[in-house]
Amino acid sequence: MSTNGMESWAVDLKDVGAIYPFQGTEVILVILGVAFWIAFHVMQAKVEAGELKDAERDFNAEHSQNSIDRY
Amino acid sequence: MGSNIDALTTVFTEFYYWVTVVMMFLIHVGFCMYEVGASRRRNHMHTLMKNTMLIPLVTITFFFFGWWIYWAFPNGPGFIGGLEDGSANAAWSPTMATNLSDRITGVFWAAFLLFSWTAASIVSGSVIERIRSTAFWIHAVLIGSVFWIIDAAWGWHYAGWMVKVLGYHDAYASGVIHAIAGGYALGVLVVLGPRLGKFAADGTPRDIPPHNPWLVTIGLFLIYTGFWGFYAACNVPIISPEVIDGQITGVTWTATNIYLGPTTLGAITFNFLMSLSGGLLVAYIVSKGDAFWTYSGGLAGIITASAGNDLYHPIQAMFIAGFGAYCAYKLHYWVERKFKIDDAVGAVAVHGYAGFIGVCIAGFMLWGQPSSPYEGYAAINPLGQFLGAVIMFGVLGFVPAFIVSKIMAARGMLRIPAKAELQGLDHHSELAYQAAIDDVREAERELAAAQK
Repeated sequence: MSTNGMESWAVDLKDVGAIYPFQGTEVILVILGVAFWIAFHVMQAKVEAGELKDAERDFNAEHSQNSIDRY
Repeated sequence: MGSNIDALTTVFTEFYYWVTVVMMFLIHVGFCMYEVGASRRRNHMHTLMKNTMLIPLVTITFFFFGWWIYWAFPNGPGFIGGLEDGSANAAWSPTMATNLSDRITGVFWAAFLLFSWTAASIVSGSVIERIRSTAFWIHAVLIGSVFWIIDAAWGWHYAGWMVKVLGYHDAYASGVIHAIAGGYALGVLVVLGPRLGKFAADGTPRDIPPHNPWLVTIGLFLIYTGFWGFYAACNVPIISPEVIDGQITGVTWTATNIYLGPTTLGAITFNFLMSLSGGLLVAYIVSKGDAFWTYSGGLAGIITASAGNDLYHPIQAMFIAGFGAYCAYKLHYWVERKFKIDDAVGAVAVHGYAGFIGVCIAGFMLWGQPSSPYEGYAAINPLGQFLGAVIMFGVLGFVPAFIVSKIMAARGMLRIPAKAELQGLDHHSELAYQAAIDDVREAERELAAAQK
């Protein structure tokens, strides 16, 4: 019993194809991967919105002038 | 070289490893930039030289005895047999020199040597701004030319006892390089102590920001670049079943991992990029967009997936990497708060914890798969991988570093004096620099005055 079906290398390599573990779960992996990708955008948007809200709240005209001058 | 195909294979292999060595040089450039950027201005030249000088020290010691250890120690010695005959790779062997009958030893030695530099350089970053160069350079030789290469002989050699008995599988060195170097760094840090001012009186950690965050991140970018060379260097680029002389039948030539088990450059290219991405994405979120930890998380991601990146599916590699990056970030701050460990660059977490976790995950993901193309080897399994991770991180990493550091500390040769630390390690060179500027300025002023 092995996670990719190979229990030894006593084979002719011309007869071997995919050797990654848990073959047959590719579609599930893609669905999970896509969910992960979407989750990143959702969470990143929340983090950025929070940071921008903080930036607005902490606005200081003198500090902004200094930042502009510093380029 | 008996035939043209033999000649072509040999010269291709020679050139292949040579290219990986040049690429891996970028890892060291990256580490230097990263450490200098992370140090404060008053320490940056000292920090640079501390890391730079490990290059010659590890190189010559790896030539003198490190390479021999790799070929002589696969059995322990004493675990499953005695000392192997490593004479062909001893410093006095004719094959360790210009030799038309052996074109591979030089480039293969160099590929391993660059791994040695990396192991030492991982430790270097975590101890900046308070370790004596004397102490660090001894540690660099020990991790770079002794302890990591012992673990390579045990668990990263086609006949290593850990591969035979435990079924240990660590294709791109999650444990063999990263866990051991992280464990070693932790062993030094426990004895060395934190930088002055790192912790408040009540034990609350303070952030010590890098003097140049831009340099830190570009350094990490360069480490990624060199990591490509590292991955390629971990493979045998082309070999026939006949030369492997194991269980594989037929005549199909292949690339293999270090254990001579078949893989492809395509596989590791998929998995390198997907694990980098998984690490970056999770680290960005968990660190709330912190550049230093996002980059470090990318690295931690690759390191976590590395043990099985010759066999994983790319999406599996992505998730494993994301998990590793999350754990590295959380563990770094937990250990810092709980045990007052000041790891200046997060190396213990990014390399040590991520590497340890990666080795363990591979035990489950690759459970039951052959660890070798030879008969009689244990299959890959979770217990073997866990024991392997403990050996890498603890037995060959943390323990020797802790003992050697204790001896150094007792002799007063581990840590710099507090006054020197507060003044900065570049104090004398800065005085000389300023004196030289004043001197030349004065001379030029006199010349300008004489022109009137």
